[in-house]
Amino acid sequence: MDWRRVEENIFKCLMLTSVCCVVGSLLFILGTVFVKGFHALTLDMLIKTPQGGYYLGKGGGILNAITGSIVLGIGATLLALLLSLPLVVYLNLYLRKNSRRAFAVRFLLDVLWGIPSIVYGAFGFTVMVFFKLQASLLAAIITVALLILPIMARSMDEVLKMIPFELKEASFAMGATKFETAVHVILRQAIGGLVTAILIAFGRGIGDAASVLFTASFTDSLPYSLFKPVATLPLAIFFQLGTPFPEVQERGYAAALVLAILILGVSIAARFISGKFTRHVIR
Amino acid sequence: MTVRTFKDACAHKIMLCLSGFVMSLAFLMALGLYLRARPILATKPLRELLLSAVWNPGQGQFGLANFIISTVWVTGIAIIIAVPLSVLTAIYLSEYASSKVRDITRPVIDLLAGISPVVYGVWGLLAIVPLVRDYLMPVLSEHLPFFPFVSDNYTGFSTLTAGIVLAVMTFPIIISVTEEVISRVPFELREASLALGATKWQTIKLTVLKKAQAGIVAAVILGLSRAFGETMAVLMVAGCTLHGFPQSLFDPAYPLPALIANTYGEMMSVPLYDAAVLLAAFMLLLVTIVCNVVGWGILVRFEHTGV
Repeated sequence: MDWRRVEENIFKCLMLTSVCCVVGSLLFILGTVFVKGFHALTLDMLIKTPQGGYYLGKGGGILNAITGSIVLGIGATLLALLLSLPLVVYLNLYLRKNSRRAFAVRFLLDVLWGIPSIVYGAFGFTVMVFFKLQASLLAAIITVALLILPIMARSMDEVLKMIPFELKEASFAMGATKFETAVHVILRQAIGGLVTAILIAFGRGIGDAASVLFTASFTDSLPYSLFKPVATLPLAIFFQLGTPFPEVQERGYAAALVLAILILGVSIAARFISGKFTRHVIR
Repeated sequence: MTVRTFKDACAHKIMLCLSGFVMSLAFLMALGLYLRARPILATKPLRELLLSAVWNPGQGQFGLANFIISTVWVTGIAIIIAVPLSVLTAIYLSEYASSKVRDITRPVIDLLAGISPVVYGVWGLLAIVPLVRDYLMPVLSEHLPFFPFVSDNYTGFSTLTAGIVLAVMTFPIIISVTEEVISRVPFELREASLALGATKWQTIKLTVLKKAQAGIVAAVILGLSRAFGETMAVLMVAGCTLHGFPQSLFDPAYPLPALIANTYGEMMSVPLYDAAVLLAAFMLLLVTIVCNVVGWGILVRFEHTGV
């Protein structure tokens, strides 16, 4: 009997068990939400806004929250894109490879990525109070944009890092400025990866609840103004589960299923889309 | 200066400002929260706020001790569950797994990281709360009637429930960082160890893990800071009642982030209430910044000198 083999086999079993736990937990989560949510899901939920007494079990749906989340997600993603795209171009094209500034920005982005979303929410709230704003779609867009900025910027950064140096050299040798190189060469080359990064950030943006709790408030109407409160899907789930009525809670599970499908769809799209934008890519 | 170089110079300036903004963002957040929390710091000593257990905003009493202890409990349970599972998974994925297995697990881990906290909360509510209420709690508290298992809370909304949900939420970060760290250990070290007659597991235990030690500690710290600040899922499953701090795995907990989220509606109505809540947010920010700076700092050093 070789004890070394026994030890190896014991640990192999432990490792396989933990892999199964990790994979199993995802299946468990999705399975639970699907099974519970599916039979409560009706077409009415998807195409109607809450009517009077919705939270007491009367008719209506969560269209307000679905559209609110999508509008908020798109707005926040666009704003974050506006901030992070120039930033990553700056990091990868304008700064030297071992620049201290680039190191500092990357490090701080990593740190920002770890700050909990409730803190972003509280910060958004202090900014709102400072500028005497109400809880509104605009405040929520700004808060969520700050929340997803580090995620988007770091994953875009990884994409741009992969671009071969020769491509930049070739462009510079033709007499192009750094800006022209960025717009005409680098961004075209990286477009697939950039879209993936954007979708990942979008998925994170629509799923987050803690940051919009203070800043977006909640409403039963569809989003129609930047300066009015907006409903979001995570908060709709949270509020419906908070009611004491079983039928409203059931609808909360269905709303969770809608959110899970939305996020799942975005993640799967993110995974497959990077291969689709190859028209301008030089290999 | 031609138009083209002017454009380039403009772009450069804008990007410079932007990078300055991003670098100052963490500082701005800390400053904003601190300024809003200052009124309460001016009236009460910090010591009293942190160590007093009396939370009664109506009477102007803002002791945060119960919430801090709850946070420590919940985070501690999450880490105890998550670390062995994630580290073993990461070792398996980087050392043993075939590329086929890795192709399956990578998207799984990405998805775990991408799922909304509220969906985790719903899962906790539907699956973990009944599990704790109907199976774990009766069995454990009956057969092991001592310290961490005794409780009179039979609802299932408990410290342990929140810890289990949080553990699953911290899997992705711990696994991906640990896997990255292990894959950076040079292959030659493994070869040398194998050439000396060590088995694969001995090589991993005595060479790879030793080399990757610091990085794994960093992964755990980063996981810790994730669990520490997680709000919605915890709010939904931890019970969140104001009856002292949890003294058992099955007592309800009321961690800091849940406190912040729960009081958003009422905190402007009572004087100093909002300052106390934003002080909690400020503390949360400081702790997570420290954890992340330490964690990423270790990883950066590891990248430069470790290998």
